Amino acid sequence: MVKIFFWVAVLAASAVLPASVSAAEEQTLARMRAELEQLKNLYEARLVALERRLQVAEQRTALPAASEVSNAPERLMLSSTATPLSAFVPNANPGANQAASSQKFNPDLSLILGGSYARLSQDPRQYRIQGFFPAGGEVGPGQRSFSLGESELSLAANVDPTFSGKLTFSLSADNQASVEEAFVQTQALANQGVGAGLKLQAGRFLSSLGYLNNQHAHVWDFVDVPLVYQAMFGGQYRPDGVQLTWLVPTDRFFELGFELSNGSGFPGTERNQNGAGATTAFAHIGDDLGENASWRVGLSHLQTRAEDRVYSDTVDQVRNAFSGKSTTWVLDGVYKWAPYGNGTYRNFKLQAEYFQRREEGTLTYDPDGVASALAMTHAPSGGYVQGVYQFQPQWRVGLRYDRLNAPGAQINFAERDLSVANFPLLSAYRPERSSLMFDYSPSEMSRLRIQFADDRASPGVRDKQLFLQYIMSMGAHGAHAF
Amino acid sequence: MRYLIDPERSVRKLLSLLCLFFALFVTPAQAALKVLSCEPEWASLLNELAGQQVSVTSATTAWQDPHHIEARPSLIARARSADLLVCTGLELEVGWLPILLQQSANAKIARGSSGNFIAGDLVPHLDVPTRVDRSEGDVHASGNPHIQQDPRNIALIAAALSERLSILDPKNKAYYQARYQDFSARWSSAMQRWAAQAKPLQGVAVVEHHQNMEYLLAWLGMRRVGVLEAKPGIEPTAAHLNQLRAQLQNTPAKMILRAAYQDDRASLWLSERAHIPAVRLPFTVGGSPQAQDLFGLFDDTLQALLAAAK
Repeated sequence: MVKIFFWVAVLAASAVLPASVSAAEEQTLARMRAELEQLKNLYEARLVALERRLQVAEQRTALPAASEVSNAPERLMLSSTATPLSAFVPNANPGANQAASSQKFNPDLSLILGGSYARLSQDPRQYRIQGFFPAGGEVGPGQRSFSLGESELSLAANVDPTFSGKLTFSLSADNQASVEEAFVQTQALANQGVGAGLKLQAGRFLSSLGYLNNQHAHVWDFVDVPLVYQAMFGGQYRPDGVQLTWLVPTDRFFELGFELSNGSGFPGTERNQNGAGATTAFAHIGDDLGENASWRVGLSHLQTRAEDRVYSDTVDQVRNAFSGKSTTWVLDGVYKWAPYGNGTYRNFKLQAEYFQRREEGTLTYDPDGVASALAMTHAPSGGYVQGVYQFQPQWRVGLRYDRLNAPGAQINFAERDLSVANFPLLSAYRPERSSLMFDYSPSEMSRLRIQFADDRASPGVRDKQLFLQYIMSMGAHGAHAF
Repeated sequence: MRYLIDPERSVRKLLSLLCLFFALFVTPAQAALKVLSCEPEWASLLNELAGQQVSVTSATTAWQDPHHIEARPSLIARARSADLLVCTGLELEVGWLPILLQQSANAKIARGSSGNFIAGDLVPHLDVPTRVDRSEGDVHASGNPHIQQDPRNIALIAAALSERLSILDPKNKAYYQARYQDFSARWSSAMQRWAAQAKPLQGVAVVEHHQNMEYLLAWLGMRRVGVLEAKPGIEPTAAHLNQLRAQLQNTPAKMILRAAYQDDRASLWLSERAHIPAVRLPFTVGGSPQAQDLFGLFDDTLQALLAAAK
């Protein structure tokens, strides 16, 4: 009996025991599995990271060495650290390999094409701005009907670590190519101290005087420049010279600048002398106003001289000439608003500039004939206010009001046989113009515009203008200043 | 009787003023490095990696399209005094960063110097176009620049950025290394958590507003079946939306994604007609109340996606 009990017990035990053992093992196993799983996950994440690092490294080694040469010192410096840093390699784009290495140094090319249609109620050949010396250049609404606008071709590249350069050709409708800009400028010069924030520019450039002056035609908000720019500079002031700017190390944007040039551009003239013919000084200050808006204001001063600056007056077909000094002050301001600073959907820009000029010297009546020299003082002023509102993506509306004030030239006729009637163009008037603009931009690169203007630049003449315009840009994605 | 000027008090006053002066200008109370970050995600990463050792500001917010801001005067002033610039690159900032660099004339952050950190160069790129032509819209020749939406990219960039901080500020190397170790550990465990959470999102089909979610979709294994913009960078048109709506009847999608800064009209229009949810993702740090840092960004993104995928 005992034996039977024993065997039953053994059997029972043998049936139960393995089960209880396996239950305990199961628990341990599950724990181990979980741990393993955790480890696996951890290493998987690390492996993925490593794998991606490897990919990047492979792509990098596949890059031609040319792009890396210039950064060699930094790379050496960094190679001592554990992870090779690739921030100095332009990018890990395998497509870039296909371009021949010689082409990699080619300048960035950008091309602007523009054209317009104008319907003018007055003859544009008779256009003049009363009370101002004709500035030559781009004054007036241009030709009637269809016309090719200025086509611009720009080439820009870094020269070396110290300099970069840019050339802009302007090809006008009458088959003339002109050098709109050709300048070299310094790249960031210094790490610290006064030298940081210092820039030097030399060549032909758009002067930083005022606000709109150094913006290219294709970024203007209207078809044409404000009347005051036409009257005072014949478009834009574009000296040949040098420019020095310094960004003052303050929390608020504060920039000071100085330009020296040969002074051949209106209101100055070519004077065949060794010194600088014109000096420009400017200061800009700007900041944000909360998260929705920002602003910039500036004050500029231009000092130059004219020698025999010839112009034709409207009567007698007589040419007159001015010699003397010319001083211009410009006060400018711009305010930009966009909800949360996101201008993609809606944004608003308000901009205004005010110019004041004083010219003192000798006005010579008919230098080729009578040639009587008269003392003269001329102090015209003027400005504009414009607002442009983007009310939905791609669509903008803009309004601009131009107002000039020409108090008439103060001429000392003494006992000469002349009177104000001999200088009708310089007699007092207040030219004004109102413009309304709509534009549609299918993309960042193209813009179609319609503009209406009511132009009263000379007494008794009211020019109703309609413009249609296209502006397209190709090539390198240009960055635009504020 | 009191003197009008008590000499002892004046001296004390002068001394305390001097102390204040030294406290303000002489003690190294200010952060070691001034950093300008082009996008908020890098500012957040810098806060993780460098804490109080850097003072970092971001040029853009989550409410702005980093491709479309202007080189405002305030940004030029900030670039002028920066020791380090951290940007995505890949042509994302092409419309304003070159101006910022040129106008600020700060050699420390100039291209190629150690204060110029381009995050996009450190990660593999998606959508590298085989053909670069603007008839395709606003294409980026180096690939899709919206790299911050994949936490694996963040991990790669964090490692390199931490090293860069040590190079620029070697005194605090140990501190940066410790913070990186800490961040890296937290990030790895968060990535595991996200990977586990995101299992239901595998293979889910989506429509996006702009092709700016590619890195997120690639990470989560989601599929894009349509884009609201007919061409990148060109706002959705009615014709294209109608076409998309018809297309969704054959190849249905689960949701429509857009970033915080993008207009909701096109998403909502399609959402109403295709009967699928329109989801606004924070896209970057600050894009939603929950996305206060990089961890919150991915937590909130996953939550929004999971809620919509249900």
